[in-house]
Amino acid sequence: MSACVIWSAAIAGIINNSPPMDFVVIYANLPLYLSGLRVTVELLLLALISGLALAVPLGIAAAATSRWAHAAPRGFIYFIRGTPLLVQVFLIYHGVAQFDFIRESVLWTVFKEAYWCALIAFALNTAGYTAEIIRGGIVQTARGEVEAAYACGMSRLTALRRVVLPSALRRALPAYGNEVIFMLHSTVIAGVITIVDLFGAAKIVNARHFAPFEAFIAAGLFYLGLTFLIVLVFKMAERKWYAHLRPARGN
Amino acid sequence: MSAVVEYLPFILKGMWLTVEVAVLSLLLACALGLAAAAAKLSRSVVARALGGLYTTLIRGIPDLVLMTLLFFGGQVFVNRTTDAFGWGYVDISPFFAGVVTIGFIFGAYMGETFRGAILAVPRGAIEAGHAFGLSPARVFFRITLPAMARHALPGFGNNWLVLMKTTALVSVIGLHDMVFNAGQAAGATRQPFAFYLLVALLFLLLTALSNVGLRYLERRHCRHN
Repeated sequence: MSACVIWSAAIAGIINNSPPMDFVVIYANLPLYLSGLRVTVELLLLALISGLALAVPLGIAAAATSRWAHAAPRGFIYFIRGTPLLVQVFLIYHGVAQFDFIRESVLWTVFKEAYWCALIAFALNTAGYTAEIIRGGIVQTARGEVEAAYACGMSRLTALRRVVLPSALRRALPAYGNEVIFMLHSTVIAGVITIVDLFGAAKIVNARHFAPFEAFIAAGLFYLGLTFLIVLVFKMAERKWYAHLRPARGN
Repeated sequence: MSAVVEYLPFILKGMWLTVEVAVLSLLLACALGLAAAAAKLSRSVVARALGGLYTTLIRGIPDLVLMTLLFFGGQVFVNRTTDAFGWGYVDISPFFAGVVTIGFIFGAYMGETFRGAILAVPRGAIEAGHAFGLSPARVFFRITLPAMARHALPGFGNNWLVLMKTTALVSVIGLHDMVFNAGQAAGATRQPFAFYLLVALLFLLLTALSNVGLRYLERRHCRHN
């Protein structure tokens, strides 16, 4: 009972003493958020494309039975999946500066920019996680399918290209959808190293107007919208590539 | 190399804080996860909707955004409340904000894991408990919980490994964990690569140790398989 009185007094006090949430601030800063949104989406897409290009050969090598072929890719995957992305980003953004031979070479034009450091770290990170997903898909391929391909006289490369990869990648689709959402959420780390992405924009709005609720809730809503969009895209992709699993439509 | 040796105790002190944050948020996450699982499995429409909203929001919003929202926004909320009562200034510490946010986020993931595990417990076992006249709480602690542990373990282990890596974010809101301390040491010695690599290796060590512990738990709980 007394707790109830205290709470209602607290809420009344909050309402009387200070303005409620002021989303006019957000409206005034909408251009900043939209440019942040563009940076977030750009970073996400570039990281996903280059990461996937790296992940396919890495995943194939990690699934190999030969120890020589799988040791290095598995080590890379272990390191990426076992350490926080924040530390990986710091290793590249702050860490590389320790080496004078990089500071004095052309590479420095890339590594001194926060944007490229973030992009490289994100691409390597998603490459590690995606390679593990692809490795899982390849390892789970039914033995009979592979044996049938060899029996038809396919070379190992042809069998990989025509039989193993199509079914492995298809099986990897739901897990990859989760990875894309994780990657979107990981891009906030760009905001930590001075890039003005969605999170960076929210940090600026909070610093300018001291409106933490409004600033971060607005950013959160943008991320929520992007997440729903990704979920939708993958639902559509699953409809297309899992058409053979759908129950037949009876009339 | 000598700089790394010199600063090792400082980094290890940060590592202890990392472990503290991780363990405390794990406890909170388990409590919230059980509540979320109970809400999602409940007969009440309101409880199910609340549980669904919780998991959807957490999965849709990045962890760092939630953490800064709680750290900066929570402070404003507390200030407004204390002002309304004429109380003194109450500080929201980064430790509190970090533990609460990480616990809150992983509560949602634990909720999904626990929900699946509870569904895997044979209904007959739970019904038998009720038939013996055990109270609902007793049925939960004596029958459901021990029986679901085995099903929840793999998902629980995964969540724990991800949670531990997420604790690195508390350095962003100023908590002196091992990532933060590595930054300090890197600034003092101008050897950032060495110190961040050290932190990465320490995280790998924590992961490896956790895997040993998780395998022991799995052996204990899945002995009959």
